[in-house]
Amino acid sequence: MFGFHYRLERHALRFVIAVILVAGIGGFVEIAPLFTISETVEAAPDMRLYTPLEVAGRNIYMREGCYACHSQMIRTLRDDVERYGPYSLAVESKYDHPMLWGSKRTGPDLARIGGKYSDEWQVAHLQDPRAVVPESKMPSYAFLGRTPLKTSDLGLHLKALRKVGVPYTGEMVANAPADAYGQAAPDSPYAAGVAQRYGEATQVRAFMGRQGDPTEMDALVAYLQVLGRLTDVAKAQQAQAAE
Amino acid sequence: MYVAQLTLPERRAALALACLVAGLGLTMAVLGRDDLLGTHGALVIACGVVVAIVVMRGFYAPSPSPERLSSYYDDPTRAGIVFAMIWAIVAMAVGDWVAWLLVSPDLTFDAAWSSFGRLRPVHTSGVIFGFGGNALIATSFYVVQRTSRARLPDQVSPWFVLLGFNLFCILAASGYLMGITQSKEYAEPEWYADIWLVIVWVAYFGLYLRTLARRKEPHIYVSNWYYLAFILVVAVLHIVNNLAVPVSLGHAKSYSAFAGVQDAMTEWWYGHNAVAFFLTSGFLGMMYYFMPKRAGRPIFSYRLSIISFWGITFMYMWAGSHHLHYTALPQWVQTLGMTFSLMLLVPSWASATNALLTLNGAWHKVRDDATLRFMMTAAVFYGLTTFEGSFMAIRPVNSLSHYTDWTIGHVHAGALGWVALITFGSLYSIVPSLWGKRAMYSPRLVEVHYWLAIAGTLVYVISMWNSGIVQGLMWRTYNDSGTLAYSFVDSLVAMHPYYVMRAVGGLLFLIGTVVGAYNIWRTMRTPALAEIGDFAEAPARAAPTLAAAE
Repeated sequence: MFGFHYRLERHALRFVIAVILVAGIGGFVEIAPLFTISETVEAAPDMRLYTPLEVAGRNIYMREGCYACHSQMIRTLRDDVERYGPYSLAVESKYDHPMLWGSKRTGPDLARIGGKYSDEWQVAHLQDPRAVVPESKMPSYAFLGRTPLKTSDLGLHLKALRKVGVPYTGEMVANAPADAYGQAAPDSPYAAGVAQRYGEATQVRAFMGRQGDPTEMDALVAYLQVLGRLTDVAKAQQAQAAE
Repeated sequence: MYVAQLTLPERRAALALACLVAGLGLTMAVLGRDDLLGTHGALVIACGVVVAIVVMRGFYAPSPSPERLSSYYDDPTRAGIVFAMIWAIVAMAVGDWVAWLLVSPDLTFDAAWSSFGRLRPVHTSGVIFGFGGNALIATSFYVVQRTSRARLPDQVSPWFVLLGFNLFCILAASGYLMGITQSKEYAEPEWYADIWLVIVWVAYFGLYLRTLARRKEPHIYVSNWYYLAFILVVAVLHIVNNLAVPVSLGHAKSYSAFAGVQDAMTEWWYGHNAVAFFLTSGFLGMMYYFMPKRAGRPIFSYRLSIISFWGITFMYMWAGSHHLHYTALPQWVQTLGMTFSLMLLVPSWASATNALLTLNGAWHKVRDDATLRFMMTAAVFYGLTTFEGSFMAIRPVNSLSHYTDWTIGHVHAGALGWVALITFGSLYSIVPSLWGKRAMYSPRLVEVHYWLAIAGTLVYVISMWNSGIVQGLMWRTYNDSGTLAYSFVDSLVAMHPYYVMRAVGGLLFLIGTVVGAYNIWRTMRTPALAEIGDFAEAPARAAPTLAAAE
């Protein structure tokens, strides 16, 4: 063995090939089957897509680095489940490009934060976290409420997502900016199309309590309020297990 | 002054490359005029223009003497060391600042760029890529020439690699502040910066192979195995993990090709092996050259080097899934990850043992010479951290440690105790000769830096162990009635004293780094040996007939 190596280390190219082969095995064995084994991701026929406003909110969540302190992955541990809700299933992030499972909980897990608090609470908390939770370590995101949301190019965003495998229809792409407006303006003529295209369960309301051009705050709150609510599979599975 | 060393055709090539980069910047600026991409385009133009001006100013300097070909080409190494120290100070300062943000979260001035979430990747990318990457590039140029007894094949491509890599780092750090991020941990830069890094990396790989092809030693020395593995595997990891579709050519934003569970596995395959091949393999290459050299002892065991090299190269790639225990990742992958993480302890400790046994017969030097002590302590921390890593990869242990500050403590035991200490040791051992000096400006300041670094690392790591374990235990404590005893906020309140302590530890380490940078700067500025008249010829000018490290 050492004699073999004694010869190998005299040839740079052979050495390079050996490194690539030896290093390549692990990743290949662990990653490639995840795309082919069908049990890896559960079936969820009721799975909804993120609306354009929620996509925009998700992008703000990434832009601000929220994932550095908040996970979105409830583990199969008793205390995780009792604290945050049914453990996360792979299917729940199947349209997450990229996933935001996170690696650190300086703040609590957000995988099922949707609906846990009111919009008013979320807005107040983002504007001044310590006004709502005095012990909080979270920075203030008041500037989101002052920043108008850029909606004009949301169609391009949905198109790019479609390219990587999210089944947005041509109609959804074409109406993306209008849908983003309508979701935060329930009294506007654009509101009806949102539920029609993205499902009746879509939350169409004035997230910041006022209608008109949406702000980044509207988008982020819309995203937070949909977390864990794109499908009911996890809750149904837990209820089934309890019986 | 560096331009004067280039031949006329090389100056032309450098100028053309600088203009090409500026042209790329212009393209970005035009395509992305309605987006943050345009701002980055302007930044790229500025970088290209600055380099072009520097080349122009030295363009008509006299041609370098042909004698240069009989010595090693160390200019890029010198510049790389300076870049590494600048990044070290900036990135560690940002790191300590964000540590204080967790103590006092209102220090953000109501601005977007100053929040924890945007600054944190500036810290991580700044230390890993800015400090670590520059140190690796600089030392790899130094080591590959000496262990091959060959000069770098040309004088333009090393500059392209070094400056191109720093452009990537600048795009990364400035992008985070503006909110440009893929949000993949340790792979945050967006698609255009990623493509640029691939180009730079291919040039780096080519340069390395071309130098090896010129070697006068029949065997490739161990350090070069590690540097090669670092270059190769990082390229593979980077390309696969960053596959993405941009919103348009005029948008900085892209969407990852992978989603959900596949993305999680790809990300942590990348993330863990960035630790393995950037922060371990590359720095082991450094250790295998500079430590025996400084100690004046040969490597303890050649066979142990072989076993540990191939063990690390093979097994690390399986270990990434231990970042995803108890998640929606299929259990078989979690189990594989845990198993290989445990086996990984064998080659890791083989390396650490090999390093420490190399010091047999030189322990008096470790006592007297802070530079060698930096490297010895780094090897000890390497051993401790790899043990801790294998331990934390065990599923039940991970159920406690994951998501807590314990992970942060573990990472910093490795990053401060291993990566930074081996780097400082290596830099202190070559800075004097590179600038033609007999010794560092102040050996006492090296000693001061050593103790500040050790104190800072220990305070940091111990506070994070405490906070992590307290946090993990509080999250899972039940009271007698069978309900959770503590709310999340309770655990957050309990963290406060440890967060203060951590920020103080980080500050100590940062002060040490500043002391080190000052010492290096003063060493560069003292009159050269030749000018003093002690030596007829400075060691830096030594011919490539210098004995290799083996």
